[in-house]
Amino acid sequence: MLDQFGISFLDLIGFVILFPLAGTIINGFLGKRLNKSIVGFIGCASIGLSFIVALFVLLDLLKLSPEHRVFEKEYFTWISSGAFRAIAGLQVDPLSVVMILVVTGVGFLIHVYSIGYMHEDKSFYRYFTYLNLFTFSMLLLVLANNFLLMFIGWEGVGLCSYLLIGFWFEKKSASAAGMKAFIVNRVGDFGFILAILLIFVTFGTIDFTEVFHAAPEHLQIGSAVAAIITLLLFVGAVGKSAQIPLYTWLPDAMEGPTPVSALIHAATMVTAGVYMVVRCNVLYTLSPFTMTVVAVIGGTTALFAASIGLVQNDIKRVLAYSTVSQIGYMFLACGLGGYITGVFHLVTHAFFKALLFLGSGSVIHGLGGEQDMRKMGALKKYMPITYITFFIGTLAIAGIPPFAGFFSKDEILLEAYTKGNLFFWGLGALAALLTAFYMFRLLFMTFHGKSKMTKHVEEHVHESPKSILFPLIVLAVLSIVGGFLGFPTMSVINEFLAPVIGAGHHGSESHHVSSNLMFSMMGISTGIAIVGIVLAYIMYISKPELPGAIAKRFKGIYNIILNKYFVDEIYDATFVKPTLGVSNILWKVVDVRIIDGFVNAVGRLTVLKGEVLKLFQTGLVRNYAFSIMLGGIIIIICSILFL
Amino acid sequence: MVVPLTWYLVLSGIIFSIGAVGVLINRNALVIFMSIELMLNAVNLAFVTFSRQQNSMDGQIFVFFIMTVAAAEAVVGLAIIIALFRNKATINVDDINIMKW
Repeated sequence: MLDQFGISFLDLIGFVILFPLAGTIINGFLGKRLNKSIVGFIGCASIGLSFIVALFVLLDLLKLSPEHRVFEKEYFTWISSGAFRAIAGLQVDPLSVVMILVVTGVGFLIHVYSIGYMHEDKSFYRYFTYLNLFTFSMLLLVLANNFLLMFIGWEGVGLCSYLLIGFWFEKKSASAAGMKAFIVNRVGDFGFILAILLIFVTFGTIDFTEVFHAAPEHLQIGSAVAAIITLLLFVGAVGKSAQIPLYTWLPDAMEGPTPVSALIHAATMVTAGVYMVVRCNVLYTLSPFTMTVVAVIGGTTALFAASIGLVQNDIKRVLAYSTVSQIGYMFLACGLGGYITGVFHLVTHAFFKALLFLGSGSVIHGLGGEQDMRKMGALKKYMPITYITFFIGTLAIAGIPPFAGFFSKDEILLEAYTKGNLFFWGLGALAALLTAFYMFRLLFMTFHGKSKMTKHVEEHVHESPKSILFPLIVLAVLSIVGGFLGFPTMSVINEFLAPVIGAGHHGSESHHVSSNLMFSMMGISTGIAIVGIVLAYIMYISKPELPGAIAKRFKGIYNIILNKYFVDEIYDATFVKPTLGVSNILWKVVDVRIIDGFVNAVGRLTVLKGEVLKLFQTGLVRNYAFSIMLGGIIIIICSILFL
Repeated sequence: MVVPLTWYLVLSGIIFSIGAVGVLINRNALVIFMSIELMLNAVNLAFVTFSRQQNSMDGQIFVFFIMTVAAAEAVVGLAIIIALFRNKATINVDDINIMKW
């Protein structure tokens, strides 16, 4: 379109991050004085414009031949100190384009949704400022051309996550959850920054292209340095993407507004860890040990979080654990070398999980803030559009063909079977069974069965406004068709992303799988999903008394799972309490007694000296004159004696 | 007969000492003032003496400066004394001791 003028959209990549930044600045400084519709319009328009630019960038990128689809736009030398150089720039390649399309596309829908959802809120402009700032940081994260710039985006999204979880900071639990998210993420970020330092020490540069170019020659497969770098990077990913053992912040993050949960804690930010691992796939390939760690942690998290999701009663918490579990899937795929499969699941997950969160938000909105599923039920007839879209999302995450989740999840399971072993496959398959079960449990408890709403709520329950329903419908459509991006044997996304994956892995990506195996795997995973759904149907529709009976029968296990395996309590006892104890000692003894005591003593001594010396200041001129004269005489005597 | 150098210096020293003691023991601000004037003139005498002995004009130039400073000082000093007298109806320096802690 602009070709006639000799301008490529690739050169305009800066606008993708500039628009959200402009939105932040306008809403941040003027939002208080503008009225709500203008604030909402600015918030949405900035992301919408970004999305349009991103689309044109994709088109321009497609014009290039696959192996030349890397474009780096350098803006300025950011840091130059001795041997250390960091050049601020943006990098466009298939991976970052997929990410910016997801971030701006899903982000735009969630912004539109927020107009309806947050309309009553008195800090409407603050909300949109944060949300735009988040989008800016996230785009910076995925477009950065070096590790340090990526880290800036990484910290930026962490900050926005903190601000938005604690958006309703008057509520004690919300501000506590915000702090928890921030502090837990610190642990991961520490690993990340150590990894950056180690990368600089090893390669002498932090530029992605240079590092990935140098890595295969510099380091041998299985070398200790490669293992340490990748493990440290993975620590960062574990924190940001809420994997074992740092996942505890994500369920608490549900204290934030629901659209925030959808955007940050489901679709985009929490998948940053997956993006980072895929971005650094060249390094990971050099360390088979780390790959195993990634796969084991991913697989375990997928199963572990899914099991907690089985018994939660808060609609958003079920979805939160489901998110943790689905990201576990992505890491499982990455750990087995299926980076593209991981990204594919990231994309489909962004569609259907955003849909589910927004759907749950619509329910919460309609019920005036109720989040407990035990007080819902039979909402099907009150909220038909929400129900249909939510149903589509549930089918997608459960893995029913031809919905989006089926293709990506099936591909991960196939990956686990062919490249891993039965153990990994078993983890994934069991988690898939649990996923289908808890999602349909959620659906049945919320929309089917008898109404358990209180009288007051039932009178006011209503379908949500258009600005809420529109994103739901668009996301529902995406959840239906999104999977065809990665249709087996003719996967568009596979082909598009292939150049991003380092040379060492080309072979295994196109690893040929016999169609027999593929179809039987599809059959098995569909079967697993159906078993989960049927189980949920039996327990929550046809025999509603069954769950209670089972809970009573296996009281011990039920209690452990209901309390989330007591992980929060264990962390509290092993990390939080001792830290608080030591801090208390440092505060009350070291700080108050020793440091403050020293400072106060200096102050008192000065006062004391003044008390004595003030006696010499009599105010009598003759005394002063005498002193002067005495001084003069002493000086004269001294100069005579000593000179 | 030529008056020896020492006599001038001894005279200068005597006048200076009288002035210094006058500053220390008097309570009347005006008298203190005059004593200061005495000290300044003793110094002038010493300057002139040395100027003569060294055959150099430097000392005499200094004397002019000192006389100028003395005049300026007299103006400021007398103004202060008048202002003090108007406020406190006294020029006894022992009664004027409010400039302290």
